[in-house]
Amino acid sequence: MNPSTKPKLAVWKFASCDGCQLSILDCEDELLAIADRIEIANFPEASRQVMDGPYDLSLVEGSVTTEHDRKRLLEVRKQSRFLVTIGACATAGGIQALRNFSDVKEFTSVVYARPEYISTLETSTPISDHIPVDFELRGCPINKEQLLEVIQAFLIGRKPNIAPHSVCVECKLSGKVCVMVAEGTPCLGPVTHAGCGALCPGYARGCYGCFGPMNSAQPKSLAQQWKRLGKSDAEIFRVFHTFNANAEPFRSMEKADAD
Amino acid sequence: MKETLYSLDIGDFERLLTVIQSHFELYGPTVRDSAVVYEKVETTRDLPQGWVDDQAPGRYRLEKTDSPLFFGHVVGPQSWKKYLFPAREQLWSVKKESAQVKRSANPQKPMAFLGVRSCELAAIEVQDKVFSHGTQPDAFYHRRRNDLFIVAVNCTTSSRNCFCTSMNSGPKCNGNFDLALTEVLDGAIHRIVVEVKSKRAQDLIAPLHLKTPSPAEIAAAQHAVEENAKTMARSFSTEGLKESLQNSPDHPRWNKIAERCLDCANCTMVCPTCFCSSTVDTTDLTGDNAERWRQWDSCFNLEFSYIHGGEIRKSTASRYRQWLTHKLANWWDQFGTSGCVGCGRCISWCPVGIDLTEEATAIQEGQE
Ligand code: SF4
Ligand code: SF4
Ligand code: SF4
Ligand code: SF4
Repeated sequence: MNPSTKPKLAVWKFASCDGCQLSILDCEDELLAIADRIEIANFPEASRQVMDGPYDLSLVEGSVTTEHDRKRLLEVRKQSRFLVTIGACATAGGIQALRNFSDVKEFTSVVYARPEYISTLETSTPISDHIPVDFELRGCPINKEQLLEVIQAFLIGRKPNIAPHSVCVECKLSGKVCVMVAEGTPCLGPVTHAGCGALCPGYARGCYGCFGPMNSAQPKSLAQQWKRLGKSDAEIFRVFHTFNANAEPFRSMEKADAD
Repeated sequence: MKETLYSLDIGDFERLLTVIQSHFELYGPTVRDSAVVYEKVETTRDLPQGWVDDQAPGRYRLEKTDSPLFFGHVVGPQSWKKYLFPAREQLWSVKKESAQVKRSANPQKPMAFLGVRSCELAAIEVQDKVFSHGTQPDAFYHRRRNDLFIVAVNCTTSSRNCFCTSMNSGPKCNGNFDLALTEVLDGAIHRIVVEVKSKRAQDLIAPLHLKTPSPAEIAAAQHAVEENAKTMARSFSTEGLKESLQNSPDHPRWNKIAERCLDCANCTMVCPTCFCSSTVDTTDLTGDNAERWRQWDSCFNLEFSYIHGGEIRKSTASRYRQWLTHKLANWWDQFGTSGCVGCGRCISWCPVGIDLTEEATAIQEGQE
């Protein structure tokens, strides 16, 4: 393929840990095939060579936490034909969205010696709160097979095969034994979006909810079951307030919801 | 064929497993990750000897006892559908350059299932109607099923979630098997009474020169299964149920269940008769190769009812209603049988312990 006719891919970083971008580099075996089909035009984590836009596909990692980033995001959208957000930060606000439940000024005054140097928004919000996005790929971090599927789908112009149902479906499809029923281990699988292949239940642990709420999540009923399994209100509140705390219906879970 | 009985000691049983494996790939119960699951087995040492299960709504616990019984447990989270109708299966593939569709091969040694319970025989018959007996038989299923050799087990114990007696599906195995085993324990003497049902089973075991059981062994085997039927904890009245369910689409109970139901789809995944799937088309990075896969799906998955314009069953209540009404009522219209065989899996493996017998009864009796 002539380099100039290859579709151009860009990867953008907002407030995040870089873990999702690293999943791209983690596709070692597939990277050559990717580089053969698409021009990696803007991906500072992988190459210093940066090509100008517009880009055919932009992958956006991270959440919006500063005014500067909010403006930069509008620019990214303008330059991108398709824009896909990757990871819990970009799709839900990430762990840093815990600030949405607290007072940011108080945090900065405690953490930084010179809080006046800090310029930040009161909230950490997903990309889709600010611009239209074409697809949201979940996970903390994302699953590399799912990422490849999304890239392939957009290159060919079809819908990505990314199932929005529960982790339980993946758990059963792969023949794992339910840790909640067989061992009494609390698991977030029934309310969590599929994508990891039920990784944790495969290691005799409950799901941590890395992929955020699934499309018809019912956390209140699950919270009651967790309580029957011996978890306290505080513990239950905490498990819904991690990487995807800002995503509904996890966001609305109150301490009393397990009652 | 006339029913023939034999009596096996452990050595005979071991030799039986060996002879089966000379013709078939043998699958049976084994303990993995705190449950009895179905996997490849080779010797009696792979079987869950002494393991018993305690089941209740949303609960399953396995415990090791010093009982010599191989089949002292009942059904676990998996069913035989994982082999006859696998969770994920490639149907065909196609290459861009040739545009030739290649039907996926199914090169499999014929299978033998060991330890198929009566409710599971009934479930296999239900899936036969769905996959094999229609106008469009599923070629993959059909072949695997035709080759299948079944070693059934008569249950001499049941869990608190079993209700085969109410569904006319057990605990005694009546049809559709090659061999059926009943374990009898008389003090320290552990024997297995075998009923031979098919000609091919008779031919297969002929070289083993098995013993004829004593009248006492035959009586003990029969008694153990009858006692189990008599003492089964759960019962479920299905009289008039079909009409009740079909006439209650607006019953307030559906919304009540929806407050508890997680839409997680575990019940349909573990159910041995649930047959829904979706097809997934994949392409690779080059765009030159495409594949079509079939994978289990569920009426509890919101996107499963997606048609042009959106999903038609948007609420949890409507999805639970679909499942229960299909299973216990509409199945009769569609396939001339109940979609439920009373195995209790959906009750045990529902993470919040929703009990379909309780819910169906409540709807029938007009409780809220
Ligand atoms: S272990 Fe967790 S994810 Fe798996 S079926 Fe049970 S509740 Fe669902
Ligand atoms: S509906 Fe439940 S009890 Fe009936 S066959 Fe299916 S899993 Fe077993
Ligand atoms: S439902 Fe009946 S046949 Fe099935 S495992 Fe229980 S006792 Fe055995
Ligand atoms: S009935 Fe139970 S297993 Fe089935 S979808 Fe609802 S919560 Fe899940």
